[in-house]
Amino acid sequence: MSGSSGKLGWTGIPLGGVSWRLSEDLKTGDWRGELKPVVDNAKCKECLFCWVFCPDAAVRWDGTKISINYDYCKGCGICEKECPFDAIAMVKE
Amino acid sequence: MSLQPKVEGLNGDEAIAYALKQCNVDLVAAYPITPQTIIVEKFSEYVANGEVDTEFVTVESEHSAMSACIGGAAVGGRIFTATASAGLALMHEMNYVAASHRLPIVMAVVNRALSGPINIHADHSDSMGERDASWIQLFSENPQEVYDNMIQAFRVGEAPTVQLPCMVLLDGFVVSHTLQDVAVLSDDVVKGFVGRRGLPLINVMGQTVPYKLDVEHPLTMGPLALYDYYFEHKRQQEEAMMNAKEVIVKVHDEYAQLTGRRVGDGLIHPYRMEDAEMALICMGSTAGTTRTVVNELREKGVRAGLVKVRTFRPFPAREILDAVAGVKALGVLDRSGAYGAVGGPLFNEVRSTLYDCADRPFVVDYVYGLGGRDMPPTLIREVYDDLARVVKTGAVQQTLNFVGVR
Amino acid sequence: MMEIRLHGRGGQGAWTASILLARSALLEGKHVQSFPEFTPERMGAPVVAYTRISEEPVDVHSGIYEPGVVVVLDPTLVTAVNVLDGLAADGALIVNERRAPSEFRAENRIVGRDIWTVPATDLSVEVLGRNIPNTAMLGATVKATGIVKLDSLITEVKARFPGKVGEANASLIQRAYDEVRKG
Repeated sequence: MSGSSGKLGWTGIPLGGVSWRLSEDLKTGDWRGELKPVVDNAKCKECLFCWVFCPDAAVRWDGTKISINYDYCKGCGICEKECPFDAIAMVKE
Repeated sequence: MSLQPKVEGLNGDEAIAYALKQCNVDLVAAYPITPQTIIVEKFSEYVANGEVDTEFVTVESEHSAMSACIGGAAVGGRIFTATASAGLALMHEMNYVAASHRLPIVMAVVNRALSGPINIHADHSDSMGERDASWIQLFSENPQEVYDNMIQAFRVGEAPTVQLPCMVLLDGFVVSHTLQDVAVLSDDVVKGFVGRRGLPLINVMGQTVPYKLDVEHPLTMGPLALYDYYFEHKRQQEEAMMNAKEVIVKVHDEYAQLTGRRVGDGLIHPYRMEDAEMALICMGSTAGTTRTVVNELREKGVRAGLVKVRTFRPFPAREILDAVAGVKALGVLDRSGAYGAVGGPLFNEVRSTLYDCADRPFVVDYVYGLGGRDMPPTLIREVYDDLARVVKTGAVQQTLNFVGVR
Repeated sequence: MMEIRLHGRGGQGAWTASILLARSALLEGKHVQSFPEFTPERMGAPVVAYTRISEEPVDVHSGIYEPGVVVVLDPTLVTAVNVLDGLAADGALIVNERRAPSEFRAENRIVGRDIWTVPATDLSVEVLGRNIPNTAMLGATVKATGIVKLDSLITEVKARFPGKVGEANASLIQRAYDEVRKG
C-alpha cells in the first residue's frame, strides 16, 4: 500500500484523489515575510476596498470595524496600495 | 410493463433526445454545433413542455458546457451533454478533468471532421483526438444503436468499479440526420433499467459518505498533485478503464435480454468471420455498408468477413485477436488520418494487438471518408479486392492507403 | 429495396417529403431511411433528399446513386440540375409540371423512363392557399410507383399536420393522386 517512502500507493489513495482538509487548516500566515499590514481604524472610513481587494480573504469586516486575520495574511501589501485614505500601513513584524 | 417495442421514425439526433428524455437526467449543459443541434433543439422542446425534470443550461461555449457538467456531476447529478468537431476540441482540457474527477458524465459526440478546411460532415478525427482522455467510447452504426447505446452508457459509466465518463458516438449526417426505424422501449422499462445514479461511498475522516460535494461533509475535488502523487492518481484511472470492459459486456447482456438486440458481445461484432480468409475492421455507419458487401462477396464464394468495433475505449484487444484467427489479410478502415503515424488510429491499435499473434495476418490500413467523403459499396469492394491481392501475392504493396480520394 | 431521390428548392419541403414517405412506409412495417443532402441552406437553393424503403433492415449508409424513382418539386430545376442522373431506363420521373408528359418529354429530350406530370403548384395554391407542392407530389408519387399505400400516406400526413391543415393536405394528396398523368 505504501512505498518505502511512507507515501501511499495507487490503491491507497481515495477515489478521484479527493481531499477533505479544510482550507482553513492551512494557516498561510506563516508565508508572510518581513512586513505585515496594520490598520489605523481612526483613519479608516469603512469603504471596504481592502476587504474587496484582499486576495486571501484575510481582511475581516465584522459590521463595525476592519481588522486583519494574521493567521492567513500573506503580506502582499495590496490592501495598503488600495486604501484611498492611507489607513493601512505595511510595517516590519 | 410491456416489452413490446414501439417503432418510431427517428434520426440519430432525435434518438438521443428520446433516450435522454426516458433516462430523465438532472442536468444538460450544452452549446450548439452542427450536426448535434437537433439533439438540443429536440430536448429543449421536452423541457419546455414539462416532459422532463431536467435542468437545461445554455452555456457560452463547449468548454463551459463540460465545466458545468463536471459541476453538476460533482454534486451527484446524472448529467449529459453533446457536441461535435471543434466543440469537442474546445472542451479538450475539461474532458481530461471529467475523467480524472471520476464523474460518469454521458456525452453524445456526433462525429464531424475537424477544421481545416471547415467541414460539417462525418469523420472520426474529432473523437480520435480524445482517445487518451480516459473516456469510454461506444460507436453506433445507426439510429437504433444510438438509442440503445445512450441507455446503456449511463449504467456503464456509473458502475461502482468504473466511475468514468462515457462518449456515445454517431456519424454526422449519415446517422445524426438520417431517419430510420427505431424500436423504442417504454418509459417505465427504461427507468427500470437505468434506475437512479448510485454514488460510490468513500471514507472521510472515519465516516462513510457518498462521493459528491456536500456542505455536510466538505470535500475538495480536483486537487493539485505533483510528482510525488500524480502518477498514482493516473494508475487508479487506468484500473477503472480496465474494469470497464467487463461492465460493458454485462450491461449489454442485460439490455439484450430486455430487447433481443445485440451488437456482438457488446465490444465487437464479428460478422461471417468463422472461415473468413480476408476481413475488414470498421467502426460506425460504414460497418453497415460493409456488411452488405460481405454478403455480396459471400454469394460469389469469396470468404470475406467483417469485424465491427462497437467499443473503442477500452480497446477490445483480446476479442479482436480471437475474432481474426485464421484470417490471412486484415484491412482496417480508418475514418481519420495518420499524419505522421504508422497508420490511422484504429490501424495502430489493431496492429499492436496482432503483434502477439503467432500466425498473424497481413494488416493493411485504408483511410477513407474524411470530411464526409461517401464510402459506397463499390469502393468497399475495391478494398476487398486489394486484400484478395495481398492474400494471392503474399505481400503488401502499401501499408497506408487512401480510399476515395482523387 | 426502393431508392427515391427528391429535388426541390429550399422552402418547398423536399426534406419533409422524404420523411413523410419514410414514415408512411413505417406504418406498413417496412424498414426505412430518409436523409437530406446539405449545401448552404437558404430559401430557393436546390435541395436534394433521399428515401430508402425496404422489406429488410437497411444496412447501407452511403448515398443513393441509382435511384429507381426521381421526384422533382420545382419545374425550374429540370434545366438547372441534372435530375435524371443515375435514374435507370425503367425508372420513374415524377415532375411538378403543368404540361402533359409527352410535351415535357419532347422539350427535355428524355429517352426511356416513365414520366408522370402533375401541376402540384397550381393544386397546392388551390387547395391549401399556398405554394407548397410537397404533399401533392407525394400523392402523385404514390400513384406512379405504389411504393406505399395511399392510405398510409394520408394517415401519416394527418398525424403530422393535425386538424384542418391535415384535412386539406389529405384532399390535396387525393387530387394529385387522381390527376397525375403518365406519358
